[in-house]
Parts: sequence; structure tokens; C-alpha cells
Amino acid sequence: MSHFLRRIYFALVGLFLAAPLIVVAGVSINAKQTLAFPPQGFSLAWYVEIFADTGWRNALFASLMLALLSAALAVAIALPLAWFLWRRIAPWANIFQLLGIAPFTLPPVITALGLLTFWAATGFYGHPWTAVVSHAIFFVTLPLVTLSLGFSAIERSLVEAAATMGADDRTIFRTVVLPLITPYLVSGYAFAFVLSLNEYIVAYMTVGFTMETLPIKIFNALRYGYTPTMASVTVLFVILAAVIYSLIARYGDLLKLLGANPEEKP
Amino acid sequence: MRRETPQRLTDYAPIAFPAIMLTVFFVIPFGTMISVSFFQRQQGGFYTPAFVFSNYERFLSLFFANVLGFSLMLAVLVAICCVVLGVPFTYLLTRLTRRAQIIWMVVLLSVLSLSEVIIGFAWSTLFSRTAGITNLLVVLGLMEKAVALSPGFPAVLTAMVYQALPYTILVLYPALIRLDPTLTEAARTLGASPLRAFFTVVVPALRTTIMATLIMVFIFALGSYLLPQILGRPQHWTLSVLITDQAIYQSNMPFAAAMAVFLVLVTLAMVALTLFAGRKREAAT
Repeated sequence: MSHFLRRIYFALVGLFLAAPLIVVAGVSINAKQTLAFPPQGFSLAWYVEIFADTGWRNALFASLMLALLSAALAVAIALPLAWFLWRRIAPWANIFQLLGIAPFTLPPVITALGLLTFWAATGFYGHPWTAVVSHAIFFVTLPLVTLSLGFSAIERSLVEAAATMGADDRTIFRTVVLPLITPYLVSGYAFAFVLSLNEYIVAYMTVGFTMETLPIKIFNALRYGYTPTMASVTVLFVILAAVIYSLIARYGDLLKLLGANPEEKP
Repeated sequence: MRRETPQRLTDYAPIAFPAIMLTVFFVIPFGTMISVSFFQRQQGGFYTPAFVFSNYERFLSLFFANVLGFSLMLAVLVAICCVVLGVPFTYLLTRLTRRAQIIWMVVLLSVLSLSEVIIGFAWSTLFSRTAGITNLLVVLGLMEKAVALSPGFPAVLTAMVYQALPYTILVLYPALIRLDPTLTEAARTLGASPLRAFFTVVVPALRTTIMATLIMVFIFALGSYLLPQILGRPQHWTLSVLITDQAIYQSNMPFAAAMAVFLVLVTLAMVALTLFAGRKREAAT
């Protein structure tokens, strides 16, 4: 009986999570440009439209570029910081860890508005690279958290052995530490990449008037009514996120990244 | 390797780049925002440096009090719904096999990553007259004809719970997976039903976790900036929506900045409350 109830509860939560996506997937294959569900006819034209239409294609490339570059910059900021915090005793440096986590903890509109006033004050408002920097700061939390986790998992005696054999910091980092934290580096990058791809408010407030990322494009299109391409783009994004997270789970320890202790559950 | 205090100047080298980036692109923008909140707004969307409190004085209006009250009420409601749904779910999730847990986590992370624009669009479709859930009810004979369920308060609440539920589960997960399974086993051996064991053993053991989660989800929900706009009516706008609206569409940066500063203060007060709750727990045990 209780197993049965548990099944039902999981099924209901699963349905709640899937329902809007099922409907969106349904309307994305409508033959005509109508918002109808169950779908009338079948057509993949709206998926082709993402790449065929210049507006949508440009938005897709803008989003991909932004996500690739900003996630790289986020990792470039997080890696030396996490390394320093692990390697050195410097309580004052914790303030930078706090600063790295703050943008993600505060309501996003605050970071967005802060960056908007900043770019406006410095005269760089609207340049595409400002969005890259803004996203990198906004999402630096993710690689910072995964890397801190990765560093804390490193056996210190292992590194000490390398040190006694005369390796300097640089050599130790390259030959011992880097291989050990690479999985955490990759997953931190992947988290930042997926979230940057989906981010709206920071991108909109920094480059919203000069550049269209996909979420901005969807929102702008939404204000003028409905087009089925929004639905196909949504499906594409959900699939992309699911694939990336599945890859993390396949090649890394997803549950450990999310806070489980791997030894406790075989 | 032993941790050492930095000795030479080169030992500080790794932290230089992160420190500069975070200071220049987070601390300074934060400062800029605070100073803009005291600036004087000019006609046509410009603002000039000044030190006036007029932007903050606008808080003393009935309209603003309503928006603030509604934002807080909505965030509390979302937090309660998410925790009520999320605690039993996460508890059951941690009892599944590793493989099943991973699959659920991939699903939850995928939903959590969704843009608010996409969540808003997806739910507005589900709540629409032509493609919405009511069509299903019509087919089943439960309704006579399809209706639009948005805009409206239930639509806003549902979508915000949808957005925050994966977050809630991910926040609860580490605490629940570490929960000692022998606790419930003992209760079961003593004859408690699974449901009774859950409410009399698991929930009390997690009281502080649940409190902290409520506050974190509350902050998360306060940050929702699009869903009330897409799925609600103007009276359902929250502080975050109002800030966006003032900054972008009304071009009133000083007022938007003042509201943002206010939102930071509310958030920080909540964080302080979380830490305080944690301290008290530590002191008690």
C-alpha cells in the first residue's frame, strides 16, 4: 500500500514537472501557425525555422557564444580563487568566496540593475562583451561551488608527497591537482553554460537593446503574440539541458556534486 | 599539502585575477547602484548626480505598500507550497536506488535551468483557452467549453511553485540523504506506520533544515521577475517586476535602484534570520 502511494506521489510530481513541457512539445509540431493542443497535423517546420529564419538563428548563435565565453570566464575566475582558498591560510580571502556566491543568492534583478548602472556609468553600455563579463560574474558561483567541493576531496598527503620530492606549486598544480579536479571543472563549466544559455534579466539589462539572445528573442516575440518557433526553441533548450546533465551524470558523480556522500549509498 | 600562510608576494598571485574581477564587476556595480538610488531623475530618462532621498520617499505610498505586501505574501506562499510538496518528495527520493535518484536529478536540474521566459511561456500555453488543460477536461466531459486560466493569481502561484520546486528539492537533498535511516527503522520496529514515522521522526529531526529551506525558497521566489508579468494582472506584480519595469520601460533608474537597495535589505534580513536559526540549533545541541 505504501509503495503504491509512493508511486502515485512520484507520478504526480513528475506529471506536474512535465505537463507544461508536454503541451509545449505538442504545440511545436502543429502543422499551421496556431496555438492548438492536441496538435493539428504534424510538422517539423518550426524546428527548421530556428535555423532557417535569420532572426532566430542569430539569436541562437548569440546565446551559444555568450554561454561558451561567459562560462569559460566564470571558470577562469573560480579556479584560481578555489585553489588559493584550499592552498593558503588566509581568512580575509573568504570575503572573495562570499562575493562569488552573493550574485547568485541575491534576487537576480539586483545584480542585473547593478551591472546596468555600472555599464551605463562607464560608457560601455550595449557592447556584447559586457554581457559576457556580466554573466561570468553572475554565474561564477557554480564553478566556485563545484571546484571547492573538488579541492576538499583531494587527499592532502598526495600533494605533500609531490612537494617533498621537490615539485613547486606550479608543477604540483599541473601534474597532481589539475587531473584530480578536472571533473569538477567540467561540471562547473557545464552548469554555468546551461544557466547562461537560459538567462534573461542580466542579458536584457546589459545588452537587451543591441543584441538578442534566445530568451530575449522569445520574450520580445511573446509580447507581439504567439509564434510556434518559441515552442520548438523551448523543446530544443530542454533537450540540450537534459543531455548536458546526463553527460555529467554519466562521466561524473552527479549526486556527490549535489551534496550526497558517495560512500553512504553503494 | 599543508595549508600555509602566504609568505612572498608571488604567493598572492592566484587570487589577484578573481579579486580584481569580483571587485570591479560586482562590488563597484553594487556601489554604483546604491549611489544612483540617491540621484535626481531628469526628464527623458536621464539622471544627474545628487544626494536626494526623494526616490526612497516614494516608498511611503499606499501603492508601494501594496506591492511590497503582495510580494512578501506571494513569496511566503510559494515557499510553503514548495516545502510541503518537497520534503516528502525528497525524503522518498533519497530512499530510491542511486540510478533512479540520478534520473530524477537530471530532470530536476533541467527544469531548474529553464529560463523564466520559457517557464512563463510554457504555463501560459498550458493555461490558454486554445491549447490549455481545460481542453482535456472538455474531452473528459468534466467541462462544457475550454476557458483561459491566465492571467490570474492561481496561474502566477502555480508557475512560481513550478520554478521553485526543483530548487527546494536540491536544497533539501543533502540534509535528507544524510538523515540516519535507523531513525525511521526504529520507529517502524516500534510499530509506527510509515506515514506516522515520517511525521513524528523525520519532520522533527529536520525542523531547522525545513526552516532554513523555507527562507531560501522565499528569497528565491522574491527574485521571480517575469512570471507575475506574463501570467498575472498588474495587481499581481511583485517588487522584482516593478524594479525591471521602472528601469527598462519607465526609464526611472534612480527609483529602480532605490527599490533594488530595499530588496537587498529585505534579502539580507532573511539571510541573517537563517544564520540566526542555525546558530540557535547549534547552541541547543
